Amino acid sequence: MPASGATGERGIGGDEVQGGRGRRLAGAWRGGGRPASAPAGADGMSLPGSRSMLEVQDLRVHFATDDGLVKSVDGISFSLERGRTLGIVGESGSGKSVTSLAIMGLHHGTGADIDGRIWLDGEELVNADPGRVRQLRGSKMAMIFQDPLSSLHPYYTVGAQIIEAYLVHNQVGRKAAREHAIEMLNRVGIPQAATRVDDYPHQFSGGMRQRAMIAMALSCDPELLIADEPTTALDVTVQAQILDLISDLQQEYHSAVIIITHDLGVVAELSDDILVMYAGKAAEYGSAEDVFDRAGHPYTWGLLSSMPRLDRERAERLTPIKGTPPSLINVPPGCAFHPRCAYADRTGGRSTTEVPRLRELDPGHLVACHLTADQRLEIRGDDIKVRP
Amino acid sequence: MIVFIIRRLIATVFLLIIVSMVTFAIFFLLPKLGGQTTYGLATQYVGRNPTRSAVLQIEQQLGLNNPIYVQYWHYLSAIVAGEHYNAGAQSVYCPPPCFGYSFKSQQPVWPQMVSDIPVTASLALGAAVLWLAAGITIGVISALRRGTIFDRASMGAALAGVSLPIFFTGLVSLELFSYKWPIFPNVQYVAITANPLLWAKNLVLPWICLAFLYAALYARLTRAGMLETMSEDYIRTARAKGLPERTVIIKHGLRAALTPILTIFGLDLGLLLGGAIITEVTFSLHGLGLFTIEAIQNQDFPEIMGVVMLAAFFIVIANMIVDILYSVVDPRVRH
Repeated sequence: MPASGATGERGIGGDEVQGGRGRRLAGAWRGGGRPASAPAGADGMSLPGSRSMLEVQDLRVHFATDDGLVKSVDGISFSLERGRTLGIVGESGSGKSVTSLAIMGLHHGTGADIDGRIWLDGEELVNADPGRVRQLRGSKMAMIFQDPLSSLHPYYTVGAQIIEAYLVHNQVGRKAAREHAIEMLNRVGIPQAATRVDDYPHQFSGGMRQRAMIAMALSCDPELLIADEPTTALDVTVQAQILDLISDLQQEYHSAVIIITHDLGVVAELSDDILVMYAGKAAEYGSAEDVFDRAGHPYTWGLLSSMPRLDRERAERLTPIKGTPPSLINVPPGCAFHPRCAYADRTGGRSTTEVPRLRELDPGHLVACHLTADQRLEIRGDDIKVRP
Repeated sequence: MIVFIIRRLIATVFLLIIVSMVTFAIFFLLPKLGGQTTYGLATQYVGRNPTRSAVLQIEQQLGLNNPIYVQYWHYLSAIVAGEHYNAGAQSVYCPPPCFGYSFKSQQPVWPQMVSDIPVTASLALGAAVLWLAAGITIGVISALRRGTIFDRASMGAALAGVSLPIFFTGLVSLELFSYKWPIFPNVQYVAITANPLLWAKNLVLPWICLAFLYAALYARLTRAGMLETMSEDYIRTARAKGLPERTVIIKHGLRAALTPILTIFGLDLGLLLGGAIITEVTFSLHGLGLFTIEAIQNQDFPEIMGVVMLAAFFIVIANMIVDILYSVVDPRVRH
């Protein structure tokens, strides 16, 4: 058991993994009543096959720059089952995209220093041979990106790009691959797919481009689909269509989906679980109900109350989170959120000196905050802006 | 696509007509506007110390007293249909394309130029192949290994290549490889039809010297282009598909990085085809460049005009081909 050798942070990471799953899995491998700080990934390690489809454990992605070490991701853990959707939420620079690129192995060659463990269907990826990760990319895990115009190659037809993705992982002829590409375009709702397959990306509308990206990502039937801000660059009317499409296809393919976004509305629509990230760390992690209805972290409260809602009084103003996200080189000491936190003064100075650890608020609902349960209840009672 | 090409062709013809107008105006209209008499103008077309009757004959011959548009029409129709000139006693026929008749060398201009085209073309095309291959390869590797010794060394060499003129590299290489160690002795042009091996062997030094200059530039351009495209979103997409890195670099990265290089290549090659003057002089290769120099030294106006038209023709055609290629390479141009 590597558990005993693991640092406290690693232990927390493990817990997070376990907590996230315990809620919805039969407690077969979950040691009931274990203290929250006990390293937990250990149980999973000794039991292959019981591990989730995707498990990320204590992931750290650091970049050495001229200005100093940028800790883009600093100890993130989560797990995901087939057919489930995880929403990763946070402001720009919180490490959402870096996390997803690390899973895809796309930091290779960028000088990123990656630490931690990522298991995809039982296969460890962080220390795996880059060639092996490449084989998994596109076939077992796929990704769609924010801006579908710049993410598609302007010089190749949409069809050629889907065919290419299919051919690299499948031993089939060009003709079969083309048939497949047309079928995929059909499935993502592109009209006249048989002719549009020969169109170039610039001949597609924004929504159709994102559909084409999705068709490309799903062409090899991946078990994990990562959608990095899939709707940010799209019209509002198209956003909902794309989200519906992702959710429909997920049910059809029964794949695991990670949606990365700064838009809580997107997450609310799709996610089973939500991971709120702040300055490269997990601020809150739990089921969508936990995070939306029983949010425990002041940062999550901030996100929720800065989201426009119809069920709120018109006269009531949106409450922005004051300040700006911290520099990842000089992360504030203690809780990285404390300079922006309205309740930091209630922790008796701990928030400026001590990094809060992820603690289980309810089973499977983890929050990294120094506030006590009583304080939290009190604040919730006072603050009408957070839904009870 | 066909429509696009036809449109480009028509535009090219118009462009060539405009070039011919400008050239014609420089040689025939500007002197007139500057106050030169037709007699004075005609004097320049005859050999040194001409007799008055010879000048008058040429003045009449060139139709210098006609309105300028008539003269221009004669000039154009000569190119298309040929022209008869009375040189001395007998009449000389200048067959199409007749770019004028040099009264100084007593010959039509075109046949003289034609014999020089293969020399310049051999020089330019051979060097182009070399500099494209070397420049792009070095540029790509430099971009991918940015900051490494290879990158620094090749970019340093590129700087040297851009800075060193051919009359320096050419003379040094001649001294070393033609005289001191006669690997390529007696450098002179041999027609490819006569002896392909000797043709290539004798052109190796000029090719390398000329290519060195351009390869340096193209290496830097390719490097800059690759650095830019390799950070594009679609490269990340290509990697996310699980494509082998080689495919990502060549099919997705280089393809996009090459388009601006294609444009510059068209200009460079077109310009070179009109005469690689310094290289030709350095290596005594009698191509269009040397032809131009000699024409200028002899103040042989019809020859200068002819070579200007020919050089312009090469540039315009090269650009047209680049435009058409561009539309093949970048589909956004087509639509």
